[in-house]
Formats: sequence, structure tokens, C-alpha cells
Amino acid sequence: MSEPAAPPAAAQGRPRSAIRVDLKAIAEMIEPGTRVLDIGCGDGALLDYLAHEKGVDSRGIEISQAGVNACVAQGLSVIQGDADTDLKDYPTGGFDYAILSQTLQATWDPKAVLGQLVRIARRAIVSFPNFGVWHVRLRLLVGGRMPVTDSLSAAWYETPNIHLCTIDDFVELCEALGVTIETAMVLDAEGRPKGLRAPGRLANLLGEQGLFVLKREV
Amino acid sequence: MFRRNQQPSPIAPLSANPRIAAVDTTAPDFPGRRFEIPAAAPLRLDSGVELGPVTIAYQTYGTLNAERSNAVLVCHALTGDQFVADTHPITGKPGWWETIVGPGKLLDTERYFVLCANVLGGCMGTSGPKDTNPATGTPWGIEFPVITVGDMVKAQVRLIDHLGIEKLFCVIGGSMGGMQVLEWASAYPERVFAAVPVATSYRHSAQNIAFHEVGRQAIMADPDWCGGAYQLAGTSPHRGLAVARMAAHITYLSETALHRKFGRRLQNRAQLSYGFDADFQVESYLRHQGSTFVDRFDANSYLYITRAMDYFDMQAEHGGSLAEAFTGTKTRFCVVSFTSDWLFPTSESRALVHALNAAAANVSFVEIVSDKGHDAFLLDEPEFHSVLGGFLNGAAEHRGLKFG
Repeated sequence: MSEPAAPPAAAQGRPRSAIRVDLKAIAEMIEPGTRVLDIGCGDGALLDYLAHEKGVDSRGIEISQAGVNACVAQGLSVIQGDADTDLKDYPTGGFDYAILSQTLQATWDPKAVLGQLVRIARRAIVSFPNFGVWHVRLRLLVGGRMPVTDSLSAAWYETPNIHLCTIDDFVELCEALGVTIETAMVLDAEGRPKGLRAPGRLANLLGEQGLFVLKREV
Repeated sequence: MFRRNQQPSPIAPLSANPRIAAVDTTAPDFPGRRFEIPAAAPLRLDSGVELGPVTIAYQTYGTLNAERSNAVLVCHALTGDQFVADTHPITGKPGWWETIVGPGKLLDTERYFVLCANVLGGCMGTSGPKDTNPATGTPWGIEFPVITVGDMVKAQVRLIDHLGIEKLFCVIGGSMGGMQVLEWASAYPERVFAAVPVATSYRHSAQNIAFHEVGRQAIMADPDWCGGAYQLAGTSPHRGLAVARMAAHITYLSETALHRKFGRRLQNRAQLSYGFDADFQVESYLRHQGSTFVDRFDANSYLYITRAMDYFDMQAEHGGSLAEAFTGTKTRFCVVSFTSDWLFPTSESRALVHALNAAAANVSFVEIVSDKGHDAFLLDEPEFHSVLGGFLNGAAEHRGLKFG
């Protein structure tokens, strides 16, 4: 399915500005010249990096119109759309990778979204904040209040994160959906990979974020 | 209903400079370039009629590069014409898309070879109902064959062949121009690198057909229409055409824009006249729009071109599946809509984008916030222009276009 696209000649050798560490971790998982759909692509930093550094045929979906317009104004292929409603249109296996970075917890139906991801792409790359990390547990246990952290910075009444989960919860959902976990890792607060075996009890306790590569069981 | 043969026409032999090589003649009525489709190789229309010879009037801006890879085809709307970036020969007004076409502008004529042709059935030099029917020696009138958006594009394909351009860098247009863009991308995918359908739809809605019918009935109800043979009768259905334009013009604006521009303000008077003069500024404005339009547009052309838009339905043409229209496409799309456009609302662009997604097309889609209605695509809308500029630059990079 992969259809290598030559990197634009004008861009070859041009260093891209540094991207967020967690996005870099995702970018490293992607084979050059593949087809990628980034769902919730924000300002398009990852798409831009993949297109120029890896010759990837990259597309994006972003819910905010301002984000979309900014992406298209940079020459990226991005549409305004919603992970909950707009993934069903894409053909099965149309992409090599579908990326859902820090967005799953903000969808209405994470189970359906996950099912769509592994349908439309050979591999799905999903990252999310781990609600099982020790200091989140501690804040709730000791403080008795909904945790507000660096990665979960909004108060309960205005947070877009309506379906938070722990790494163990996520693993359980993958099993229920018959989705194979090809790679699992946990990241620290800066988005750097932590050398912990994942999934596992320590990963669920110490990881700030989970980062998974999934594929549909065959 | 209008399934077409998708075979590309043979490419004309390449010559050094098509701007010189083109067999151009200047028509007596309007300035600009002309190309003739000979009677020996007529256009086969969707109606089954073979039409030829056909004259195509067009304008070009900039220079075609040696690789012939920098050509941008601009498709005009219902009442537009080929004078994209020239002073209009009748009205003396600036070109209709000078906001984006010209040296140093978004469609930079220092970089791109921009061309625009008057559509088939038009009245600015391309063959249409006001021209002479070679079989009778009199004006066609409503004996001119009914044409479709697909027929307009077929005529443009002949022109592009004639210019020796195998693949257009970009096809761009708003409203009916956007319909032509979609037709190009669907019927000739290998000849379109990038497609920008703006403020348009994959099919003309029932409401839009209804508005068009009001316009056509206004023309045909004018006794001076003379069953379409007004040229022979020495009359002109200018009252009917003006009413058609007035009704249509309302659909190009928005309630907000009308209110901001005119409100309920009175025209050159302090109080109501208790009569049927143009008491309100908005009435006066519409009357002016109607009366100036008849100076530059042919009533029968208006009938034919509105009909072509009404017939446009890419979904029906592809067995009810719009995605089928774009299967396997490699074209890069940028779909643009405007929030206050109720003639071609965002919902229709979104349906188009969903179909393009289903066809795994490379597509960008932006909805621009504007209160100026459908006409926003012609106006100074900075966000539209910034998005369009980014898309064109990205596409040029992928096409490997280099600009000195």
C-alpha cells in the first residue's frame, strides 16, 4: 500500500525546526516514504517534519479551523474534521500509519476511534496521558481533588479530556478490540522514552504518557 | 446520465513558444486570443450533438516555461469571463480576479502561465447562442445545443492540447468555475496536478435550480425575448435579464452583508414616497446591478449557462457514489468554502471532502469565516489568500517548480 513519495527537491537537506520530544519519538517509528494520517495534527509540526525529513506522504485532520488554516497556509494537506465522525469515510488500509497523539482521551467514543484507526492504516500509533501515574493517584488520594498536572492542565469543568484512562485500561481495551500491541513504551513528562518494560505495573505507575503501536489482529 | 469518455485527447505537437505558435486571430468585437475547434473534429456534446466549428476566446498572462509545467487554468463563474486580470472591454472595470492574479500576486504571473477561457455557450467571444449558426446563416438563439459543465471542460481540453500543455499545474475556480475544476479533476485526473474548487459543489442543489428557474422565467417572460430570436427581431430582453440578475445577485450576498451595506436606509430622500420608486438604497443598488449587467451579457447565454449548472451532478454521474468520481486520483486538492455562503454552503464542500477522503485523495479543506456570502471568493479575504498561497507553494514544491 505504501507509495513512496520523493521528498520535495526544494526541501531536501533543509533542517526542520526541532519538534516536541514526544512527536520525535513518534516520528522515529515511521518508515520513510510511507503514507501517514495524523489525526488531531494541531499546528502540523509532526506532518511538516515527516514530509520534509522522511519523504512521507502526510495528511492531517484537525478539529480547530484556525489550526487547519495555519497548516494549509504552510503547504500541508490538512482538513477540518473530527476523529469521532470523520474517520469512517477513509478506505480500509489506505494509510501505512494513522497517528493519534494526545487526542484519544478527548474523543467521545475512544473504542470506536481505535477500531477505525486500525482499519484505515496498517499500523496505528497512539499516545495518551497516563491517568495511573503515581502523582495523579496521589493527588486524588491525598488531596481529594481532581488532579491538575502539566499534561492535564485544565480544571475538571473545562477539560476537553473526557475519557481519561491508565495504561492498563488502554491495554485492556486493545485486548477487547482484538488489536495487537506491536510496541508499547512509556514516556516521561518531557516526552522522552523511559526504559521501563511496558505494559507492566511499573510502567503504569511511573509513565507520564503511554505510546503504542497497534495493528489489527489477522 | 452524462457519463463521458475519459480518454484524453491527443496532445498537439510541441512548439517552442505556444504564445507565438497559437493561431490567434483577434475577433472584431473583443480583444484577446482565439482558438478554433475545426468542423472536421467537432466537440461531441453530452446531449449527443456534434458541434463545430467552435471558437474559444481566451486570455493568457505570464509565460509558459520550457517544461510546460507552470500552467494555471482559471475557470470563470456563471457571469464571469476570460478577462481575469485585464480591464474589461465593455465595463472598463478591473479584471474580476485581480485580487489574486497578476505580477507578485498569489497567482504570480511572473511564475505561472495563467490562462482563462470564456466558457462554451458564453457571450464574450467563445461560441454561444448569439453567434451565427453556420447551417442557417442566422444567430443560433435557442437552436444552440444545450451544453453541460462537462462540455465546457471538453472545449478547454482542446485549447490546452492546442497550447501543447500536457499537464496543468493547477485548475482553480469559484462557483461554476469550481464545478469545472471538479470536472477536470474527475474526467482528466492525469492532466491536473492541483485542483482548487472554491465556494462550489459537486451538484447543483434544488434551491439553486429554483433560483435559476426564476431567472430564466424572467427572461422568457419578457416580450422582447421573442422566443429566443431577439437578434433577428432587433430587440433585446433587457428587462427580463435585469430581473434575473437582480434575483441572482441577492443569492451572492448574505443578509449580514446587505444589512451592513444598506440597512433600511432611503435612497436620496428623507421619507418614504408612498409609491413604487426605489425608496430604499438596496432597491436602487439591485436596479443598478440589473441595468449594468444587460450591457455585457447575452440573455440566451444566461439561459444556457444556468442550465449547464443545473444539470451538474457528479454523484449521479457516478452511480450515486461521489467517491467513484475520484478513484485513484493523484491530484492535490484544496477545497475552500465560506461561512456565510448560503448558495454553496460548507456542508456541500464537506460532503465533497468526505468523498475525496474515501478515494484516498490528497486533500486540504478550509472554511473561511466571512460575512460576505458567496461573493467572498472574489473579494479581499486575507485568510483565504493566505491559505491559497500556502497550498500553491506546497504544490509547486511537490511539482518541482523552480522560480528564478
